[in-house]
Amino acid sequence: MTKPLLEASGLVRRFGGVVALDHVELAAMPDEIVGLIGPNGSGKTTFFNVVTGIYGADEGRIIFDGNDITRSSSRAVYHAGISRTFQRSRLSLPLSIFDNIMIGNHKRLTQGIWFNLMRRASFKDEFEANYRAACGLVEVFEPKLVKRMFEPVAGLPMIDRRRIEICRALISQPKLLLLDEPSAGMTHEETKALMDDILLIRGRNPGLTIIIVEHEMGVIERITDRCVVLNFGRKIAEGPYRQVAGDRQVQEAYLGVA
Amino acid sequence: MALPGSRVSLLPGVAALALAAAYLIALLGAEKQTYIIVLLAAGIAAVLAAYWLKWLAPISRSFSDHEDALGAMSVIAAFAVAAYFHDDHFVLLLVVTVLLYTVATLGLNIQFGYAGVLNFAGASFFGIGAYTSAVLNSHTALPHLLVLLIGGVLAAMVGSLLLLPVLRTRGHYAALVTIAFALLLKTFLEVNDVLGGPQGLQVKGMNLFGWSFNDNISIGNFDLSFYFSYFVLSMILLAASFILVRRLERSWVGLNLDALRLDETASRCFGLDVERWKITAFTLGNFLIGLAGALFGMVSGFVAPNNYTFADSLILVSILLLGGIGNPWGLIVATIIVVVVPEKLQTIQEYRFLLYSLLVIAVLLFRPEGLLPRPVRRYFPGWRP
Repeated sequence: MTKPLLEASGLVRRFGGVVALDHVELAAMPDEIVGLIGPNGSGKTTFFNVVTGIYGADEGRIIFDGNDITRSSSRAVYHAGISRTFQRSRLSLPLSIFDNIMIGNHKRLTQGIWFNLMRRASFKDEFEANYRAACGLVEVFEPKLVKRMFEPVAGLPMIDRRRIEICRALISQPKLLLLDEPSAGMTHEETKALMDDILLIRGRNPGLTIIIVEHEMGVIERITDRCVVLNFGRKIAEGPYRQVAGDRQVQEAYLGVA
Repeated sequence: MALPGSRVSLLPGVAALALAAAYLIALLGAEKQTYIIVLLAAGIAAVLAAYWLKWLAPISRSFSDHEDALGAMSVIAAFAVAAYFHDDHFVLLLVVTVLLYTVATLGLNIQFGYAGVLNFAGASFFGIGAYTSAVLNSHTALPHLLVLLIGGVLAAMVGSLLLLPVLRTRGHYAALVTIAFALLLKTFLEVNDVLGGPQGLQVKGMNLFGWSFNDNISIGNFDLSFYFSYFVLSMILLAASFILVRRLERSWVGLNLDALRLDETASRCFGLDVERWKITAFTLGNFLIGLAGALFGMVSGFVAPNNYTFADSLILVSILLLGGIGNPWGLIVATIIVVVVPEKLQTIQEYRFLLYSLLVIAVLLFRPEGLLPRPVRRYFPGWRP
């Protein structure tokens, strides 16, 4: 049996008296798409924030790719190969599409001051190579955007901003992609188009593991291999969507039936 | 003379530069107050008219596509202005002041415009440079170009020591620390007898390979003000800083600084070392400010605590707000306005702070991104895929 790419065990995170994550166990296998679902406030985004080092864990361990990343900073988590999107789009609006995508490519860009300021010919080569890479990625999601690479993101509609955010997360070729409600604020058709793009990307990047937080159950049913359901910070169910959706506890959590 | 393959003409940029140079010559040469007021009003009216007629867009396109060529021509234009006033000490000193203040605001621009670290002690770091010149020129035999460099390094070092403890805080703590530093440094200089106390110190002029900058130059019966040598050196300093800041913006480093200014959390999630880049920007900015200050000390021949107060720092920040945060071209325009207008308009001298504040408020209300807003980053001017 292969080892999980990401394995969180006994993960606890408290905010004062509130237990946002209560001994959460979650594993994602290589090449798997895991849906992380649950009612509002059940700890899904907190789980992402703890994994990516924005919050520390109070208890438990997170193993990624064989290394313990429980105490790692956000920087270290990114360098280890985890990228994410945010529930509320966190693009830098005054910057261009290209700039925003390059922010996600930080670890593959040469960062030395001397290189950046003085070796402009080499810098130009690196710039052009990255421009092509960014265009190639954007083309998968929306070919029209390729012509607008140097326009500010502020002028784009929500769906394009989501696409750019996913491109920003993918450009560095992470091993694990965390998608936090990619369909928030979009119509059904837009959501469907975005999911098609995500499946296409996954087809082109064998080995890419995705954990997706989503409220659209249609999306979850269509793209996930397996679901983990959280409620009040606790894992209450796990398994393929159909099985989880039929679970009595899950129905109670969502519908509030006693 | 459009370059092959480029679709944007160089002409509007050249025309704008020529007009600006002619206007500056007229303004700097004017003596009578009524004439100056008419000239200023005409200038404002002309810019507004050009704005309504949409003549400014072709100019900015021309600048963004042919920046290297137009940059070189700007240097020529500055030389034309300086050559016109070749024997006028007062005007040349004013021009040199504009050049060196621009270098200092370019430094502030790296700090605030790119990295978002507000520095309210700009004049203090400028002063550190000037005092470095005063002390080193009098007490050591160090080559004066090296003294300039030391002035920059010293300002940069003091700045990074100041910022280190507050690096992890968010919001405006760094700004508060710089305000405290500005007030402290002035008091320190005033009570420190070694550094001349409130009276300050004399600064020996620049001496380059045995050639003293403080002597007038005569070639045949053609007389040059001694400020002309300072003008040349300041111009070199400005051109170098301008290129440096431009390259910085158009690199991954500039992108890092923008990213951390706009969203620190997201930057960290994409591997950015926020502290490292903040301190880099602050240090680099203070280096430029200190360098400009060191040369300015030699130009003015005199340093005193009263020249480097918190109010002077605010003027530097207001230049930044006025010109367009993040746009070096805007800084040049704004520095000319802020430095030249009160000098020429003697009638408003005592009201100049009032005028600055009104101007800044007006800009923030009606054009919040400054007179020349910063365009989207283009890594190589004129580059097309």
